[in-house]
Amino acid sequence: MAFNLVELLAELREEEVLKVCRERLEAGEEPLKILEDSRKGMEIVGKRFADGEYFIPELIFSGEILKQISEMVKPMTKGEDKIEGRAKIILGTVAGDIHDIGLNIVDFMLDVNGFDVCNTGIDTPSQKFVDAIKETGATIVGLSGFLTLAFDAMKETVEAIEAAGLRDKVKIMVGGGQVDEEIQKYTGADGYGLDAMAAVRMAKEWTGG
Amino acid sequence: MDKSPDELYQERLQRVEDAVQLKVPDRVPTVMTFGYLGAKYAGMTVEEVFYDPDKWVMANQKIITDFAPDMFQNNPALSGTVFETIDTRVMRWPGHGVSANHSIQFVEGEYMKADEYDSFIADPADYVVRTHLPRTCGALAPLQKLPRLTDFLGLGEGRAPISVLAGAELVAACGALSQAARETKKWQDARSVLVEEMKAKGFPALSRAGLAAPFDYISDFLRGMKGTMLDMYRQPAKLLEAMEVVLAFSLQKIESMKKIEPMEKTGENKLLFIAPHRGADGFMSLKQFEQFYWPGLKAVILALVEAGFTPYMFWEGEYTSRLEYLLELPEGKILNRFDRVDMVRVKEVLGGHQCIAGGIMPSLLQTGTVQDVKDQCKKLIDVVGRDGGFIMMTSCETDEAKPENVKAMIDFTREYGVYK
Repeated sequence: MAFNLVELLAELREEEVLKVCRERLEAGEEPLKILEDSRKGMEIVGKRFADGEYFIPELIFSGEILKQISEMVKPMTKGEDKIEGRAKIILGTVAGDIHDIGLNIVDFMLDVNGFDVCNTGIDTPSQKFVDAIKETGATIVGLSGFLTLAFDAMKETVEAIEAAGLRDKVKIMVGGGQVDEEIQKYTGADGYGLDAMAAVRMAKEWTGG
Repeated sequence: MDKSPDELYQERLQRVEDAVQLKVPDRVPTVMTFGYLGAKYAGMTVEEVFYDPDKWVMANQKIITDFAPDMFQNNPALSGTVFETIDTRVMRWPGHGVSANHSIQFVEGEYMKADEYDSFIADPADYVVRTHLPRTCGALAPLQKLPRLTDFLGLGEGRAPISVLAGAELVAACGALSQAARETKKWQDARSVLVEEMKAKGFPALSRAGLAAPFDYISDFLRGMKGTMLDMYRQPAKLLEAMEVVLAFSLQKIESMKKIEPMEKTGENKLLFIAPHRGADGFMSLKQFEQFYWPGLKAVILALVEAGFTPYMFWEGEYTSRLEYLLELPEGKILNRFDRVDMVRVKEVLGGHQCIAGGIMPSLLQTGTVQDVKDQCKKLIDVVGRDGGFIMMTSCETDEAKPENVKAMIDFTREYGVYK
């Protein structure tokens, strides 16, 4: 019986996934093919999350399984395994806020939906966002914040992007614990999301997808 | 003729109790959780009130007196000095990793490793003292050198291995603990002063907290959010067993609270604050909620009711899909405050069964107009406040807000929220 890596990963069968990867590598299979199957499995995970069948624990668990697959497989690949031509997005938690669970969920969902995410992590000063836009040429920026103090930090970040002459080159979305439409208006962002799916929807809309 | 502070105090207490017991009060009560807004309102930084208990008392007194809610929530006051003394690794606070004008933040981490469940389950007290504290409090790292706590058993006969306590490191660690204790007492005393002074002005306090859903206890303090989520998959039996241990000592704590904590120190009401947060919508499936989250929490809530307390549940996050579970709890004995949820839907499910609170979002108080605030209060009072069982509250701790909006929220509710 052939064990389908894509299905096993989608079902989060950790032991079996790793066993199959090991066997396929030992059989001399092309490592990039294994990563490709892993990506397909993660896409199914993402879809189930969007459909409300999977929740954050499943995303976290699938991320852990993928990390182990990558550790096994990547040393055997010859070079970069990047897909070219993906739209770039800068994502980060704004200055003063150290929460990143939501941020990383959005990162995950954007990634499996075909976006190239540059994640600046927590407590990101406005200038770092500005620099990241300049470096990557990203056309979308996502500002994450869990605490109410983040509202002002988001506003300041949008203002900094404007001051740098980049406001018309990017679309900005905001999201996190207490973010709603009022906060989108307050911060001057182009959109807000209540969950990771909203981020994906907006990102696709803004890139003509 | 104006009412005396004592009359006002009794009235306000009664108003909140009536709402909780599903009796129709004279008007919709307001309970405020001012967070560190008091500091800003009094012209101080958060950092100042984090380090000076007198300033903390003053900031709270001013905002409560000026805005006059029916009750104020006042959980244990946190101290920057205590944090510095123990060299905490799990908090960032004003001036230390967080700006001077912002509130504390918790540093998520896997403080208990995945293979340490057995240690915790076998002897949780020993694990906390000799493993958990050393990891989370830099100044208490030497506690890992202590012998097993059960080895102290022979001390009376001179048989306990206590010579290690003579070492410089452990002397320092014990000193840090004593110092932290003295500072903590200063803050507890300040809190008692605040409660008494506000009572003298006619304002009841809600100050009792300290229990959690067993799942949150593990997720917050021990395995971290990510660790606990993985444990649901990788070692569910251990997780469940550890939660049994937590439940057992939570129930013991409830028993001891009945005896030890005098009501007058914490406000003469039976409210006790619990904020479940890691079982909210999106954080686990309903199946996982039923298996890992709800049973332990429900047991704690029922034990509290049994012991004569009124659980004040703050259901953090989104709870729409979990509302029906609350119907398993006793009628008219619990205050349920909500965060991100449709309050109209909450009323549909819980109206007539349990008291509900919430509906004022931080975005409204921070960025809305006075008219926006009044409109929202009116909507809540008309629909969610119908037939009583509703308390006007914000959807989360109020650390930031435009003062005129807070005033509008309380004043409008006082005037319009009258039950005819």
